[in-house]
Amino acid sequence: MKIAFSTSGLTPDAPLDPRFGRAARFLVYDTERETYTLIDNTQNLSAAQGAGIQSAQHVAASGAQALVSGHCGPKAFRVLSAAGVTVYTSSAATVADALKAYRDGTLKALTGADVEGHWA
Amino acid sequence: MIVSVASGKGGTGKTTVAVNLASTQGSRIRLLDCDVEEPNARLFFKGAACGHPETVTRPIPEVDEGQCDGCGECSRFCEFKALAVLGRRVLVFPELCHGCGGCMRVCPKGAIREIPKRIGTVSIHTADGLSVVEGRLDVGVAMAPPLIHAVKRKALASEKGDTILDAPPGTACPVTATLHGSDYVLLVTEPTPFGLHDLTLAVEMVRELKLPFGVVINRADSGDDRVREYCRKEWITVLAEIPDDRRIAEAYSRGELLVEALPEYRTLFKHLWDKVRGQS
Repeated sequence: MKIAFSTSGLTPDAPLDPRFGRAARFLVYDTERETYTLIDNTQNLSAAQGAGIQSAQHVAASGAQALVSGHCGPKAFRVLSAAGVTVYTSSAATVADALKAYRDGTLKALTGADVEGHWA
Repeated sequence: MIVSVASGKGGTGKTTVAVNLASTQGSRIRLLDCDVEEPNARLFFKGAACGHPETVTRPIPEVDEGQCDGCGECSRFCEFKALAVLGRRVLVFPELCHGCGGCMRVCPKGAIREIPKRIGTVSIHTADGLSVVEGRLDVGVAMAPPLIHAVKRKALASEKGDTILDAPPGTACPVTATLHGSDYVLLVTEPTPFGLHDLTLAVEMVRELKLPFGVVINRADSGDDRVREYCRKEWITVLAEIPDDRRIAEAYSRGELLVEALPEYRTLFKHLWDKVRGQS
C-alpha cells in the first residue's frame, strides 16, 4: 500500500513536516515495492486559503491510503476521509522514523481534525 | 450626498460622529450602519422599527452528483478553493465561497446550481423621520461585504436626501465595501501613536480608492501633536476637533446622543456637516 508523509525534504531521511497543508511536498512510500515518489506541494505555501483542501486532493490523487503528518485541520480532514485516506499524526523527526512507527503500529489514527482551521 | 465615516483604529469615535451628524440633520438623512459584525447605531435612536428584519442570503454552489462526471473543472476554476473533487463526489466549502458563480458557468454538464445561504438580516428603523438602516451579520459568518452591499441596496430603494454610512473599523474588505461609491469620507482619529499609525493606513486606503476625505480628531486635547503635524505635512484638512470631555464618554455609555445630552455640541456637528458639503 501507499503511505504519504508530509516533508520539507526529498528522501526518507528528511524531516517529517509537522504541517500538512503548507508542507513543501509529500513523500509517498510504496510498502510493497519499497520505493517512493515525491509530490510537490509548493504552490500551496503561499495560497491565501484552502491549502489543506488542495493538499488533501493531491494526496488522494496519488493513491495513498494513509497519510502521516503532525496535525490535520477540519477542511483537510473532511477531504481526506471522503477520499478514504486514514490520517495519522506523529511527532517523529524524520519520514523514516514515522514509517517505522507506522509499521510498529504505534501511530494514532485520527477520528477528526486535531487542530482548528486557520481561516473560517 | 453620500458621506462615510471611517477610521483606521477602532474605538476612535466613528459611531459618535455618524449618529450625531445624522441627528443634527434630522429627517433628511438616511443613516446606514455598515458595521454589520457589531451594529450599534440604532442604540442611539429610541424609535420604532418599520417592518421586519429581512433575511439576506448569498449564493453557494450545489452539485447534482447524478450529472457530475468528475472532470474537476469547477475545482480548477475556483479561485477560493471552495470545491474539492474526489472521483464523482464534489465537496463544497461554503465558508470559502465568494459567490462569483464561476463554477456553475464552467461545468460542462450543467451539474451545478446556486442555492441561497443565509448570512444575516437588514432592517429599517425610523426615529423622528430619520431612517437608520441596520445590517446584522449572523454569528459565525466570516464574510461581511455581501451583507454590506445588501444594506446599501435596501437604503437606496427608498427616496431620501443625504446618506451617512457608519463604516466598520480598519482598512479591510468590509471597509472598502462600505466606502465604495461615497462622495466624501470622514476619517476619525485620536491624537495618539496608535491613532496616527492606523490613520496613515486609512489615508493610504482612501487615496487608493480615490475618494475625497478629511479628518476629525476626537479627544483632541489628549495625547500629542503628531496627528496634526501629519495632516499638515500631507495637506489633509482637519474638519473638526472634538475635545476630550469625559461627559461625552458618559453620554455614549448611556446610549445617549451627544447633541441631546450636551446641546452645546450641536454647533460642532452642524459646522462639520457644512464643511463636508463645502468640500465634496
